[in-house]
Amino acid sequence: MRVRRAGDAAVLAEVEDLATAHRLHAAVRAAGFEGIVDVVPGERTVLVVTDPARCDLDRLRARLAALELPERPEGDAAPLEIPVRYDGEDVAEVAELTGLTAEEVVRRHASGDYVVAYLGFSPGFGYLTGLDPALHVPRRSTPRTSVPAGSVAIAGPYSAVYPSPSPGGWRLLGRTDVALWDLDRPSPALLRPGARVRFVPVEDAR
Amino acid sequence: MIEVVRPGPLTTVQDLGRPGHAHLGVPCSGAADRPSLCLANRLVGNPEDAACLEMTFGGAVLRFHRSAWVAATGAPAPLRVNGRPAAMNAPCHVPAGTRLEVGVPEAGVRTYLAVRGGLAVDPVLGSRSTDLLSGLGPAPLTRGDRLPVGDAPGDAPILVDQAPVPPLPGEPVLRILPGPRDDWFAPDALRTLTAEPYEVTAESNRVGIRLAGRPLQRARDGELPSEGMVTGALQVPPNGLPIVFLTDHPTTGGYPVIAVLSSADLPTAAQLRPGQKVRFRL
Repeated sequence: MRVRRAGDAAVLAEVEDLATAHRLHAAVRAAGFEGIVDVVPGERTVLVVTDPARCDLDRLRARLAALELPERPEGDAAPLEIPVRYDGEDVAEVAELTGLTAEEVVRRHASGDYVVAYLGFSPGFGYLTGLDPALHVPRRSTPRTSVPAGSVAIAGPYSAVYPSPSPGGWRLLGRTDVALWDLDRPSPALLRPGARVRFVPVEDAR
Repeated sequence: MIEVVRPGPLTTVQDLGRPGHAHLGVPCSGAADRPSLCLANRLVGNPEDAACLEMTFGGAVLRFHRSAWVAATGAPAPLRVNGRPAAMNAPCHVPAGTRLEVGVPEAGVRTYLAVRGGLAVDPVLGSRSTDLLSGLGPAPLTRGDRLPVGDAPGDAPILVDQAPVPPLPGEPVLRILPGPRDDWFAPDALRTLTAEPYEVTAESNRVGIRLAGRPLQRARDGELPSEGMVTGALQVPPNGLPIVFLTDHPTTGGYPVIAVLSSADLPTAAQLRPGQKVRFRL
């Protein structure tokens, strides 16, 4: 692990892969170090933001390097199942780009085992890894000005579900009625870094 | 209750934001110039994290339907209480029915107005801040809005006549710490960054300050795997011109960060005006 400085209040720990980033993320949270404000996993990093008045960065670096990482941060929790109506606007376009039939695009998307790599872009927006490589297509060259909440989409190596209406350039495969972001829940974000996700095709995504 | 007669170009409710949710994609948000918000609150006897107004380029007119204590800090703007001039950085009593006008600041961008008792809008994830990137918290003020004011904070006295505040620098020098991705840039990129001043462009907002000046050369191509971003990061997109992340910045990003502002200089950065020159120093 290499620990880089990110200003005078944060460090960025670099690890070899996503799974290690999730294990380190879990370990930092479990350790309960004094003065930690935010712990943010990335694809191969964990950013630890501190309150510099309550945390010495040099000591934090040493402590991070000495942390014992849990084997499986998410334990044996069953994957989260998200019902999807695969009637998205871009299914035909993705079929054309990949040379697959529309049915095969849906079948391959719905048979993936996904892991939430990290969240970003907007509250509750999880970047899901585990997309079938045959479905890796670029973003649209012109993003849509508004993508409805619940849209199930792909771009590059990722899949995602839009938690709220927003502009977006991902290719839309379908729609779910599951709320990815709900401020009335004690924990508004449905997805957490490291969580496993499966998409279940349904006729009526309720 | 405070009635918004005129909101000005952009007035939002801000406190110290909602830290601790970045791993869920929620920016910290909160006042861009935190010491000014804290000072405004102290001047009226509030806890430092009470919700205030953050006015961008002033221009707001407010009607106080109940008497209140207020204080304005940050970008120095002309204040008028029922037509009479009032001082910045000083507690001011406004009787019921008062019309408070905040003019356009002569320096800086963001003026803060605290009210004794704090603004009592509903909190979202523990904060009353408006997050313009993700749309959390109350919408920016519009004409006719009515803002509830909280109960006065017990017996906390109002002790200070006027707080001494240094003037905002004309051509500020912001200290930076290299990294975390300075190794993605050509060996002389940090020298380029610190050699000549950059100009603040009009595309700047609470998400970030966009700069015009000498582009920074990359040492390697390709995309950085997305990683967590800090407030004050100088993120460099493919055009080579750094963006200084302010409080509503996205929680993760894929462009390399060449350096990060010293925490102490963040408030100065938050007051940079379009067209103003700024220097960076290692």
